Amino acid sequence: MILEPASYEEAGELLKASAEVARAVRPVGGGTKLGWGGPTRADLDVSTASLSAICEHNAGDLTAVLEAGARLGHVQDVFAEAGQMLALDPPLGADDAATIGGIVAAGDSGPLRHRYGAPRDLVIGITVALSDGTVAKSGGKVIKNVAGYDLGKLFSGSFGTLGLIVGVAVRLHPRPATRATALFRSDAPDALARTAAALAHAPLELEALDVRWEHGRGAVLARAAGAAALGRAESMVERWGGEVIEADDALWASQRAGQRSQDGIVLRVSALPARLGRLLEVADRTGARLVGRAGLGVAWATLPDVAALNEVRREFGGVVLDRPPGVELEAWEHEPPAATLMRRVKERFDPAGILNPGVFAGGI
Amino acid sequence: MDADGLIGRLAEICGPEGTVTHPHQLRTYESDGLLQYRVSPRAVVLPSSAHEVREVVRACFGAGVPWVARGAGTGLSGGALPHEEGILIVLSRLRRIVEVDLENQRIVVEPGVTNLEVSRAVGPTHFYPPDPSSQVVCSIGGNVAENSGGAHCFKYGFTTNYVTGLEVVLPDGERVELGGKELDPPGYDLVGAFVGSEGTLGVATRVTLRVVPVPETVRTLVAFFGHTDEAGQAVTEIVAAGIVPAAIEMMDRLAIQATEAATHAGYRLDAGAALIVELDGPEAECASRLDEVVALCRVAEAIEVRVARDEIERELFWKARRAAFGAMGRISTTYYVQDSVLPRTRLPEVLRLIDELSAEYGMQIANVFHAGDGNLHPLVCYDGRTPGEAERAEELAGRIVKACVDAGGSITGEHGVGIDKKHYMPSMFSEPDLDAFQRLRCSFDPDGLANPGKVMPTPRLCGEVPGPYRQHPLEREGVAERM
Repeated sequence: MILEPASYEEAGELLKASAEVARAVRPVGGGTKLGWGGPTRADLDVSTASLSAICEHNAGDLTAVLEAGARLGHVQDVFAEAGQMLALDPPLGADDAATIGGIVAAGDSGPLRHRYGAPRDLVIGITVALSDGTVAKSGGKVIKNVAGYDLGKLFSGSFGTLGLIVGVAVRLHPRPATRATALFRSDAPDALARTAAALAHAPLELEALDVRWEHGRGAVLARAAGAAALGRAESMVERWGGEVIEADDALWASQRAGQRSQDGIVLRVSALPARLGRLLEVADRTGARLVGRAGLGVAWATLPDVAALNEVRREFGGVVLDRPPGVELEAWEHEPPAATLMRRVKERFDPAGILNPGVFAGGI
Repeated sequence: MDADGLIGRLAEICGPEGTVTHPHQLRTYESDGLLQYRVSPRAVVLPSSAHEVREVVRACFGAGVPWVARGAGTGLSGGALPHEEGILIVLSRLRRIVEVDLENQRIVVEPGVTNLEVSRAVGPTHFYPPDPSSQVVCSIGGNVAENSGGAHCFKYGFTTNYVTGLEVVLPDGERVELGGKELDPPGYDLVGAFVGSEGTLGVATRVTLRVVPVPETVRTLVAFFGHTDEAGQAVTEIVAAGIVPAAIEMMDRLAIQATEAATHAGYRLDAGAALIVELDGPEAECASRLDEVVALCRVAEAIEVRVARDEIERELFWKARRAAFGAMGRISTTYYVQDSVLPRTRLPEVLRLIDELSAEYGMQIANVFHAGDGNLHPLVCYDGRTPGEAERAEELAGRIVKACVDAGGSITGEHGVGIDKKHYMPSMFSEPDLDAFQRLRCSFDPDGLANPGKVMPTPRLCGEVPGPYRQHPLEREGVAERM
């Protein structure tokens, strides 16, 4: 059964009604990441499909207010007409169905994170429906605002376990006039790691700095964006070798696509940037395909089997996102250090315990 | 434990050197940077380690006594105003730089380390972008509590965008690690929830920050205009051209006059507005962008545009801006600072309203603001010796705040709610919104011991976790159990 509220208030009422009959619900946006995290014990889906409006696009203020079910691909088209973008580029899933609410709830991001941050950094206001029917907002629609607690960050990456995100206000950025990539290929993990570190520590102000590894070969990709992108990519190549790729969209689309898999196990790893070389070595040894943010240490390893998964995990931890149908495994490896406090947060926001029970870290 | 017993225990923990109870000495701590409010706490402690902080908080918890954490005391919203029944915990002795890890672009510091010390510790290759005007003295612990911004946050973001990990003592004395050096640790983003919580969720005893490479080039200009309308138009044009300057700061006529008298930075006294625009980044980008900004200022009818020729001149441009609050003392001995934010495109109408209010109340108002992000700092000048004037100034400021909120803005951009703006909270947030805030508060501090009476407009109690517990059907059937 799918609940499909048509207003924020209705979302609150439906959650409250579900709590009253002790039915657990799973928030669903575009349905592109439903397998992520632990297995949910939800009885019903609550969909944001009827909450998909762009409420405001304030081009002069570089902000927008969106309903949670708005598809990212669609809103980007609208912002592009004003020469702007929401600087979030996670893979959008089948039919580009990923919604802003789902992306924020999953804390998902793409290569642009290097420069602009994750959903937590771009959400400037949030409206949520809680399981007792409360509809509450925090933040606002200005980029600078410290009034009240920042629930936007609390709900970012919370996997729908605290409440249903029904609306978000976001900061926008100007769309760069030009882009170009310096591509550094190598089959030596340590050489790639050295190149990535040099680029991350240089004052290049890159839009994205990525790494990839597959079948014994890899690359570091450094994307310049702005008024003089091509010249900047050429300067990088002069200094560090590599080649300039001017028409680079396909290259970056492939980085984004590498974060997902239909038939492998995808482990999202958070490592320190200095361990990149080691991460690539382990990826090579385990037959993993890997893409990641070379300057940030966040990477997605697609692994052929559970043995490979365990080997990467032993050194790097991480959370399992995609997995092939029928493969049973623990999505979250350990209790987070502050698990007790996190459970207290969960109890206060979702006292009925009906929101996506079981999917989150620490069994929340 | 009774109150006397608690103070005895605190003296054991922090030593007689680190425990202040004499009324005369307590007066040093009765205000933070907002001098309108004064409260003497029951005692002040100056712990010298995270362990001592934890023991102090634990002792307060045992005695049921509230406490307030204080960094350098530069806050402008009374966030570190003591509680008359409570203990003031001063973190200024926790000033170790624990680790500089440039390889991973991180620095780990204790909360008493100053903002500027962080940038110095990671220089000359890296820097820490949030730069409140008080950065020479303000502490990282206070920056975390207030989610401090600064002139450069239009491009670089705020404290919350740079904190990756916190060691926190919760109000029950438990120590928790939130986040770490790595990004995206499993679980809720409690670092994000804690930063900007104004000392109401616990006290940070260690802070891990992300730092970034120093930009290749910095180019700064100051443009003078006949009126703030034209300066505002220039800002609109710059942003519409897709340029994201590191900073765009505006000062109006009164602010220019006051700062020029104080700093002799060479600002034009015949100008109605001055705009400081700073671009930074790769040389190749800055060079072309700078020409564009100069052209756009001219289109907006700038009287004069000066591009800093060297670092000395750049410092001079900034000296005037940084001195703005202090320099107001030359115009008025007492003034009231506001910190409201509005969507930048609504700037002209709100500035006109401020002019009208100035005339209506017969009070001078100087405007100094972060024009890029619409954060106003109107300084309402009044005569503190005339009874009732302070109240009128505050009333006037309140009308500016209301206009900003009505335009879709915020009551505070960077100074925090504290004690000063909590009565404005209902203008921005409904009862259900405040209730949601309280849920977060209660999960960290169910007894309301950490900085009570701040942020929330009315006192609230936590009580038990609300709502009846109902067994889930799957639990009833033994298929699943609740964690």
